Amino acid sequence: MSNVENPALAPSREVAAPRPAWRIFLIRPETMTLALLILGVFAGSQLSEFFLDINYILKSFTLYAEFAIVALVLTMVIIAGEIDLSAASNMALSACVFAYAQQTGAPLPISIAIGLSAGLFMGLFNAFIIIGLKLPSIIVTIGTLTLYRGLAQIIAGDKSIRVPESFIGINNVFIGGIPAPVIIFIILSIVLGLVLGTTIFGRQIYLIGTNEVAARHAGVRSKSIKIILFATLGLTSAFAGLLTASRLGSVRYDLGLGGELQMVLMAMLGGTYIFGGRGTILGTFLAAWLLVIVTTGMIVANWLPAYQLCVLGVLLIISIIATNFIYSRTER
Amino acid sequence: MKSLGTTFLRREAGIVVMIVLFCLVVGAVKPQFLTLNSLRIIFLLVPLIMIGAMGQMLVIVARHVDLSIGSILGLTAMASGMMFRFHPEIWWQLGFALSIGSGALLGLFNGLLITLFRLPAIIVTLGTLNLYRGITFIMSDAKQIDRQYVPTALKEMSQDSPIFGIPWIIFMSFGIATLTYWFSMHTRIGREVFALGSNPTAAPLRGINVSKVTLTVFTISGALSGLAGIMYASRWGFVNPSNTGNGFEFQVIAAVVIGGVSINGGLGTALGTVLGVLLLGCVAAALPLLGIPGTTQNAIYGAVILVALLIDRLVRKQGQRQNVARAAA
Repeated sequence: MSNVENPALAPSREVAAPRPAWRIFLIRPETMTLALLILGVFAGSQLSEFFLDINYILKSFTLYAEFAIVALVLTMVIIAGEIDLSAASNMALSACVFAYAQQTGAPLPISIAIGLSAGLFMGLFNAFIIIGLKLPSIIVTIGTLTLYRGLAQIIAGDKSIRVPESFIGINNVFIGGIPAPVIIFIILSIVLGLVLGTTIFGRQIYLIGTNEVAARHAGVRSKSIKIILFATLGLTSAFAGLLTASRLGSVRYDLGLGGELQMVLMAMLGGTYIFGGRGTILGTFLAAWLLVIVTTGMIVANWLPAYQLCVLGVLLIISIIATNFIYSRTER
Repeated sequence: MKSLGTTFLRREAGIVVMIVLFCLVVGAVKPQFLTLNSLRIIFLLVPLIMIGAMGQMLVIVARHVDLSIGSILGLTAMASGMMFRFHPEIWWQLGFALSIGSGALLGLFNGLLITLFRLPAIIVTLGTLNLYRGITFIMSDAKQIDRQYVPTALKEMSQDSPIFGIPWIIFMSFGIATLTYWFSMHTRIGREVFALGSNPTAAPLRGINVSKVTLTVFTISGALSGLAGIMYASRWGFVNPSNTGNGFEFQVIAAVVIGGVSINGGLGTALGTVLGVLLLGCVAAALPLLGIPGTTQNAIYGAVILVALLIDRLVRKQGQRQNVARAAA
């Protein structure tokens, strides 16, 4: 899986291996994502001449950067054989807790810390129920999805809470011409990609997702690793919630509503195997860009939001069919 | 087999005790809760959830989950609403056929994706949840179907009653519950749903057609959501492309798991689900009486799901211990 050789070397001599390296490379899901990405950029450029403006694409990316950041960690959770649908609700509740704290007079740094620790706590709560009580993560996170969103609704009511002026506008901070959320996303991708791809911890995540019993017998502390993953996801969701609050300038309970679709979609489009054990950060990274290109393309083409909802739903189904198909072909 | 029967009984008795305790506690604080009028409120709250819960129960027993039922409810309600709007002269009963039929088709589509490509139901229905909602918007041009378009005869089904002042939709929901009981206990394919859920590996080896069973449960779930859709139009008298059915799936899943349907598949009864729905109805009816704002509802549904999961876990642990004890004896 990991030993992809240089595709240029393979065809020169008689290939004795059952599958040439270039074919292994070609039928990787990430390759599919990359191909779709190039196709998307091409199609977008046909739609409108303004589409290929890199600044415009970067600006559009800031709208999805929050979900994309969470999707990176979610990818690792899915690779470990679990799933978390509550991340978008976590974003909303953390942001509401943050906004409520600063509204009651807490200084900004302390409010931020409270918001982040709320997210961390939610992640740990998920982990406690899923790992401590051995319940399936699918149903548990459907429950916490409803619960966290409901708590956010209790805190914020139907009103929106303003956040202080100094906190607003992270999406308008540019570093070297690139918006800050995009920078954060890229840095996080590199860090998590290195963690997942090169460290022992990362390899252990793959092992847990492939066969948890075998992993435990091989001395992998699967429980602690999963707890770490859920806690990281909670913390990251809270961070993403604060980014969203900073972008929007106010917080409502329906912040990031329906975001679980986009997050799962990014992971699935990037070739993460829904049954665990396979997938890469690179795939999710590419998929996030693909999703932005697709949605931006639809906006440029003046499609109604309803059509976008349909397209995202269909994309999700197609992407998991394709990924499953590719993995079943490469099964040894 | 006998111990399994007693486990069921104990579980359902537990829910009844919870309902009675809850009503007594609320009644002690607010005596008007223990009147016929609030019973009427409870029974008018539950029909939609009960019908959805019957389909979801079968799906969860078969070890799947259907997140798209809220969107199916919205789409089918919108389909009938648009028929009423553009063809007011049409026989209004056709709305039932249209909603149930289109719901069954949407459910079948879910089932086909799941069986043909061997995909996990949760991801497929998360996709179709958004797909169906999008279609509802496109179909309706994002316009609401207002009260005047919904036929009076249909609306009266939620108000008029054949006997005892109990409206038609309540009879229908209990009728569906009875049918589900019969289907799950006394038909071959109904029993196969349980066999599949309790051991998906063994089921095909015993000659059970897994695809057929999966398609059946998802089609039933879709068709019942369709019925809930037309009943939504009857109960509330309007259909809104974004609100109708939004979040329905969470209420239904909460009702099903509190009703003792095991999320690990293979366990669950129609009676338990009915009781779960009633408990949820009691809670929903008690909130405004106790002066708790409606914004807490979602949090309560979420908490209910988690509490039910914990109970399920405890019951299963106890059952395992009993099995071990019996095997040792």
